[in-house]
Amino acid sequence: MTPFVDVAFLILSFFMLATKFKPPAPVEITTPYSVSSKELEQKNAMLIEMDKLGRVFFTMQVEKQEDNELKRSMINSLNKSRNLGLGPAEVEAFVKNPTVGVPFSKLKNYLDLSEEQKKGYETKMEGIPVLDSTDNQLIYWVGETKKAFGGTELNVMVKGDNNTKYPVFKQIIEALRKNDLFKYKLITSPEATPTGTELYKTRGK
Amino acid sequence: MASIDTGGGDSGHKKPGVKKAKKLSTRVDMTPMVDLGFLLITFFIFTTTMSTPTTMGLNMPKKTDKPNEQTEAKESGALTIMLGKGDKVYYYEGKLDAAASGFKTTTFKGIRDVIINKRKQVMANHRHDATCKQIQEDAKAAGDLNWQNACLDKDMMVIIKPNDEATYKNTVDILDEMTINGVTRFAMVDIFPVENDLIKITENNGAK
Repeated sequence: MTPFVDVAFLILSFFMLATKFKPPAPVEITTPYSVSSKELEQKNAMLIEMDKLGRVFFTMQVEKQEDNELKRSMINSLNKSRNLGLGPAEVEAFVKNPTVGVPFSKLKNYLDLSEEQKKGYETKMEGIPVLDSTDNQLIYWVGETKKAFGGTELNVMVKGDNNTKYPVFKQIIEALRKNDLFKYKLITSPEATPTGTELYKTRGK
Repeated sequence: MASIDTGGGDSGHKKPGVKKAKKLSTRVDMTPMVDLGFLLITFFIFTTTMSTPTTMGLNMPKKTDKPNEQTEAKESGALTIMLGKGDKVYYYEGKLDAAASGFKTTTFKGIRDVIINKRKQVMANHRHDATCKQIQEDAKAAGDLNWQNACLDKDMMVIIKPNDEATYKNTVDILDEMTINGVTRFAMVDIFPVENDLIKITENNGAK
């Protein structure tokens, strides 16, 4: 009986270690359910998240470590065009943790914070302002990222909370549209196909 | 289960007749622990595969102000769905007339039947015309096994208009309904003030 227990605990430990940890997300987002079955791919991407309070967060994801240079060129270019006054230390802070959730005016201060300070700041972050259609700051973030990636294949991912109101989503789509991006992926949780419907018949084949 | 064995200590004893304190040996049955172990393993097997989030693709059309480039929606096949607060769904078929007699209210469960019925109706009224051939060619090229029938619902167009109080969940649920019911032509646009007013009136009437 004892070897049985040994093997069982070995397999259990394997699974406990093998579960992948979610990348540290600044905010809690509960995604809605969807019957879509396309898997989430880990490629060069920009991730736009919106939480239930309507705060918008922007993340630039690169697949390989070598492409960190792209993040650097993106933030430097944004620095010049929007006169953000960021120094080299802040640029590096962005490359290390490429998630932003503050307006341009507060960006320098945010990037100056250390890791622990950033964790405490999460609840106070107001998100990137998008609701004002004359000053939709997301347009600039998206534009610079698209430029930094050159012409390579770029995934645009949108992750929204169940309770986010529609105007925030609409402004995100506007920001993407102004940058000529029309195809995006909405991140959802998986859900079973309802029986007896068209989709059920198509998927069953 | 666990048992206390008292008689086993005596066997193999060399000197008979000498009284010795009975040795109590306790043997614990390990089976429940193994059961729990396997239960936990099974739990982890299932949770690690389900945690990858899935993605739903969304394509938006280019915004043009030129009327000839905008996609035309045939009135007989058009179904407009509006989303309001509190997970309410409103819809009407074709064009909205002055008296708003076609304006109806339903829930997310109800809207599926509405979409299915509208689709059946459009497919029944379908008349083969020149654009059909191109649609069939496209479907065949895309690998659709049912390409001969790809043209049957070409007149069906669902227009989704969420108002400012609809949530993201409502939007994703409606887009899901499009996928579930096999609707290939749909668009998400801004709501008209007329429609928004109708929603407000319906909400007020319901509150009384």
